[in-house]
Parts: sequence; C-alpha cells; structure tokens
Amino acid sequence: MTNIPKKADILFSAYSVEPYQILKDAMKRKKEDIIQELLDSGLRGRGGAGFPTGMKWKFGAAEKADQKYVICNADEGEPGTFKDKKLLTDVPRKTISGMAICAYVTGATKGFIYLRAEYRYLLASLEKEIEVFEQKAKEFGLDFEIKIFMGAGAYVCGEETALIESMEGKRGEPRNKPPYPIQNGYLGKPTIVNNVETLASVSMVCRLGAEEYKKLGTSDQKGSKLFSISGDSPKEGVHELELGMKVSDFVTEYGDGDTKAIQVGGVAGYCIPRKKFESTIIGEGQTTGGSTLIFNSTRSMYRVLHNYLDFYAEESCGQCTPCRVGCQQLLKGIEAVKAGTKPPKYLDQLMKLSNTMNLTSKCGLGQSVTNSFTTIVENFREEMIF
Amino acid sequence: MTKTNELVKKLVEEHGVARESLLPVLQGIVKEERYLSKEAMRDVAEQLDISAAEVYGTASFFSFLDTEEKGKYIIRVCKSITCDMKGKCELVRTMEDILKIKVGQTTVGKRFSLLETNCIGLCDQGPAMLINDDYYTKLTPVKVREILGDLIRKTS
Ligand SMILES: Cc1cc2nc3c(=O)[nH]c(=O)nc-3n(C[C@H](O)[C@H](O)[C@H](O)COP(=O)(O)O)c2cc1C
Ligand code: SF4
Ligand code: FES
Repeated sequence: MTNIPKKADILFSAYSVEPYQILKDAMKRKKEDIIQELLDSGLRGRGGAGFPTGMKWKFGAAEKADQKYVICNADEGEPGTFKDKKLLTDVPRKTISGMAICAYVTGATKGFIYLRAEYRYLLASLEKEIEVFEQKAKEFGLDFEIKIFMGAGAYVCGEETALIESMEGKRGEPRNKPPYPIQNGYLGKPTIVNNVETLASVSMVCRLGAEEYKKLGTSDQKGSKLFSISGDSPKEGVHELELGMKVSDFVTEYGDGDTKAIQVGGVAGYCIPRKKFESTIIGEGQTTGGSTLIFNSTRSMYRVLHNYLDFYAEESCGQCTPCRVGCQQLLKGIEAVKAGTKPPKYLDQLMKLSNTMNLTSKCGLGQSVTNSFTTIVENFREEMIF
Repeated sequence: MTKTNELVKKLVEEHGVARESLLPVLQGIVKEERYLSKEAMRDVAEQLDISAAEVYGTASFFSFLDTEEKGKYIIRVCKSITCDMKGKCELVRTMEDILKIKVGQTTVGKRFSLLETNCIGLCDQGPAMLINDDYYTKLTPVKVREILGDLIRKTS
C-alpha cells in the first residue's frame, strides 16, 4: 500500500500571523516557559546534527556573560540543499523573529546572519528586512541588533566552530569540541548557533504551541521539515513534509518512476537503494539536513560516488590527517579499482579506511564521509568494479 | 597613495582594525579589484597590525578571496552532483570553446575567468552557474552562448 507523503504547510504559509506579532507575544511570556515549549515540541536542529533546540537555548540562557551572541547559520553548502535560501527569500521574517526570540530567551544582544558568499544576491533584500526588524525591536523594547556576515566560500565554514573562526578573521578550521560555542563562541563569548530552518520553526512552535506542532511527524522526529528535492524527479524543489514517511512512498510521489536509489541528508548522508525503499523511514536516525537526491536507473553510482569524493577532497580543511589524506586515498582508491589496477577486494580496505576516518577525524566533515561511501559501495559493488 | 591604498584605508575605517574585520575588509577589496594583490594584502596587514602571512593564510583558505588576478566576469559553474547529472560538462566545454581558455584560466584581456565551484544551491534548476553575484539556471549550450555573447558585446 502506498501513502502519499503528508504535506505540511506551515513554514512557507504566508504570514497568517505577522512573525513580529509572534515575537511580541513571546516577549510577554516567561523565558523558562518558552524553553519548556521548545523542549515539549521535540524540535531538533535542522542544520545537520539534530541537537534538541530547547536544550541548546536552556544552556545558552544559563551561561553568565557580559555579552552573548546569536548566529543564524545560512551557510547552506551541503550539495543538494537549497531550502534555507527559499526561507530567506520567501518568509525571512519567520527566521528573523526566531533569532529575536532566541535573543529574548538567552539574553543575547547581538546577532549575525552568516550568509554564504554564493547567496550574495539575497543581501539587499535581507538588509531591508533587518531594517524592518530593527524598527519593531525598538517598538517592543528589545535590545537586539542583527548584522549580516558574508561567508567567503568554504563548505566547512557551515560547521559552527569553523564558522566562528572565519568570523574572527581566521582560516575556517573547526575547533575541538568541547568547549562548545554555547560556552566559548564568537570572541570567546557564549554563542547560540542555529540553522535558518530551525529558527523559522521556533517561530512556528511559538505560534502553534508544542501540542499542535507535535501532532506533525513521528515519535522520533517532530514537526514538519523542508526537503530539498533534486535529481531525477519531475517535482524538483523545496517541499515541506511531515517527518516519518517511508522511502517507498516518497519515491512514488517524487521519483520519475524509474528510481534506483536516493541519497538522504546530502553528500554527508546515506544512499538508500531500491531494495530498501520499503523498509526505510526518512527522518529517523538519519541526518536532518533535508537534501534528497534522486537517481534513476540511467545513473552510474560510480560517477555519483566519484563526484562526492571529489567534493570532500576539495572541501576538507586539511587540518587533520585522517580526513585530509583519507579523502584523497578514497578517491584514488575507487579510481584504481575501476581501472583494474587494484583488485575488487581493495574496496573492503577502503571501507575500513572510511570507518577509521569516522573515528579519528576532528569534525563532522571527515566523520561523515563513511556514510555515503559505505552505503554506495556496499549496495552498488558491481558498479564500482565494472 | 595608490588606488589600492585608498580603498584599504576606506574599508578599514568602515570596518575597524580588529582581527574580526579581516574578512569584511578583504571582501571589500575583492568587490572592487576582483582579487587580492600582494600590495593589497600587505596594506591590510599593516593596517590591522598582523603579519602579511596571516592575511595570505586566511585569504587562501576561501574560494571567494582570490589571490590571483581575475577577469571582469568571474564565471563559476557548479560541478556538484545534480548539475553534473544534468550536463554541466557540456556547458564547460562550450564555454572553453567560446573563451578559448580552460577551467581555472583567465582570458588574455582579463575579461573572463572560468572556474568550477561546488554546489551553489540551485540544484533544482540545474545546471547552474554564477557570473559575479548573478545566477543563471537551467543552462544549455545555446543559452550559455547567448549569455556570453551578450557580455562580450557589452565589454568590447
Ligand atoms: C562540515 C559541516 C558543514 C555544516 N554545514 C552547515 C550548514 O551549512 N548550515 C547549518 O545550519 N549547519 C551546518 N552544519 C551544522 C552546524 O555545525 C551546527 O550544528 C548547526 O548550525 C546548528 O544549528 P541547529 O542546531 O539549528 O541545527 C555543518 C556541520 C558540518 C560538520
Ligand atoms: S575532519 Fe576534515 S574538515 Fe574536519 S577538521 Fe579535520 S581535516 Fe578539517
Ligand atoms: S548541484 Fe549544482 S547547484 Fe547544487
């Protein structure tokens, strides 16, 4: 039986309630109540790591410091992801209002939107929106200013500590964690970093209340979420869906009838082959980045994997050896197997290498290479060899 | 004072001399001069009171902070997965033909630089590219010829 994936319509719905009204209402509530509401809603970060947002804000509020910062992460560099751009284009006030609610709850007085260089064409309209916001903030008596910080072209700067390093004028090399930005962030001060969609979702939780919001999604993943769909699909674009749907239903709705595999969570995520469509649920236990690439049977999975590894080898910041050397070795390795200069069982050694990278790399970039590498090599072994 | 000196001075006045002003200052230079010359980097180092090596080290990390001279139009063709599936290779060949340069190079008259870049968030409308800050989607060789033709006419 197939079910049509349940479409939600809250993040992109026109401003049924003016987002700054949501902010105004939020400011009448106790800070702890808002944190509790977020905890109850089950909202998790939409930037990839899936950390519970209420928890992050609770820690942020508890920090004692003369200055705290809120950063909206709009670096969106994961291949196949473009939902944050759409939010900032269509409904920017939902995200800005989420930032302001965060400021109110945690006591931060300065905020930044870290916008990737590739989205510079959004700058002018966002600056106008910030002017509108600053009027409102004055009106509501909220001491919070927002600036836009332009990225300079580096995927790894989406990682929150690398992002902070780059804002401080340094190479975007991830830091060791702990300490987390929440304790020691921008200029050494407590900093709450949230994804664009997370912040927009906060506005929605505040508007609907945790109870309503929770009705969407499954036990593990609450609410609705944006999916950036691209590849062999007649319905490419951003779609807002409830979490917890079966891959088979997803493919029926968004595939082209000939889908052989999908990649969820972007290049850092997992490849799911046709034989597992029935038994896999999107959203549970996977990265929440929200990119879904669809491949039909004309696609060579060797070429797909080669493209991913090329991406990793280029974007690795080079700071730690397992990732810097590992990415290149994996790339050379699959080329050698394909060319026949290494035997097929060399693929097993490469998979071991990717596992070692997972254990020993410093940041999520090097750690996640194994996700796509293993799921593609295991499921499409023949394509790697012949 | 050269034009570069003046630009750096103006940018430092605008953003301040703290280390966290480095990226905004460098971005401001690239916006005007399209790349960071040695002179510009040395000047920034002096103004921010850090070593020129630090400035170069930081700049070289970022793909939008070029340290080599670039053309008036910087073309960045997306080479990531969806655009690759949708025919990015043919586009690159077409542009190499028209501009008579390879990926990574700049035309002799410094009008065009042809670069490949990773996903620019236009996958649902791929293949896609950026020329300076503007984006172009659903590209075909025919479309690319038109776009480049327009720019060539505009600058000759
Ligand atoms: C290599 C790498 C790239 C990342 N890129 C992004 C990004 O583009 N946008 C984003 O919001 N989070 C990104 N993240 C996750 C951030 O580190 C961080 O977890 C997130 O911004 C926190 O926000 P959230 O809790 O709202 O998800 C990336 C992580 C890694 C390891
Ligand atoms: S894992 Fe890769 S990207 Fe992350 S710090 Fe190490 S070298 Fe840099
Ligand atoms: S893959 Fe080309 S824009 Fe994303």
